[in-house]
Amino acid sequence: MKAIKIVEPLRAKVVVEGSLAEVEVTGGYCGDLLSDCIAHATEGSVWITIQSHPNTIAVAVLVGMACIVVTNDQDISKQTIERALKENITLLSTPLTSYQAVSALSKLGVPGTRKHG
Amino acid sequence: MENRDPLFEVSREIVGADFQSAGDISGEVKKILLQAGFPPPFIRRIVIAAYEAEMNVVIHAFKGIFTTVIYPDKVHIVIDDEGPGIPDLELAFQEGYSTAPPHVRELGFGAGYGLSNMRKCSDTLKIDSHVGEGTRVTMDFLVKSQRDGAEVEK
Repeated sequence: MKAIKIVEPLRAKVVVEGSLAEVEVTGGYCGDLLSDCIAHATEGSVWITIQSHPNTIAVAVLVGMACIVVTNDQDISKQTIERALKENITLLSTPLTSYQAVSALSKLGVPGTRKHG
Repeated sequence: MENRDPLFEVSREIVGADFQSAGDISGEVKKILLQAGFPPPFIRRIVIAAYEAEMNVVIHAFKGIFTTVIYPDKVHIVIDDEGPGIPDLELAFQEGYSTAPPHVRELGFGAGYGLSNMRKCSDTLKIDSHVGEGTRVTMDFLVKSQRDGAEVEK
């Protein structure tokens, strides 16, 4: 599924577009501990998190995530936006909680994915 | 194993407490490994370990040097920092144990999984630490490792 298809169901605001129109979402991961996310999230996944600081962009790049969805309307700093622009990472913001966001993605058929190990 | 000449070597400086650019060095290592044509699961575990090692310097140390040496059959990474050192390595390896301050934990760092992620992802991990001076982390990643099996589960 193209990432752009998740924007409306998540009632999301597009903070940084990145490659929203082209990139494929192949799975999803939800988490706020960066060591957990970098170890277990999969390439091409949508990442649901309340973390909105610049290092989330680094983690998304290192994993090769399709996009980041910051939940609960968390403030997203200028530094985070700048880093997302620089790395061409799609950054969405939603008023939904992480649970509600996962639930909405699940209804769309986005599977939860996890890296072995 | 007999080491052939390195294909590539790169050293970068890590600045302590610089959360803004933290992760950039690991990102550069990832790009170099992709260009070198290594298999994605192999690159993935190097990137995880590199990120954790880089973040440890950013969180705990004043500064450090991150060196990556790429051979045809392995990748060798050394991170040398000037920092507080690790008083009890056995304790530091316990999952969930961390000395990171609260403001760092609130950002989702310092959960106590860094060293165990590094151990799980590397083929060899060596840590030399001197309290009050610094820490040297040495990791090797072998291309023909048993660790690079099927990756994703749904």
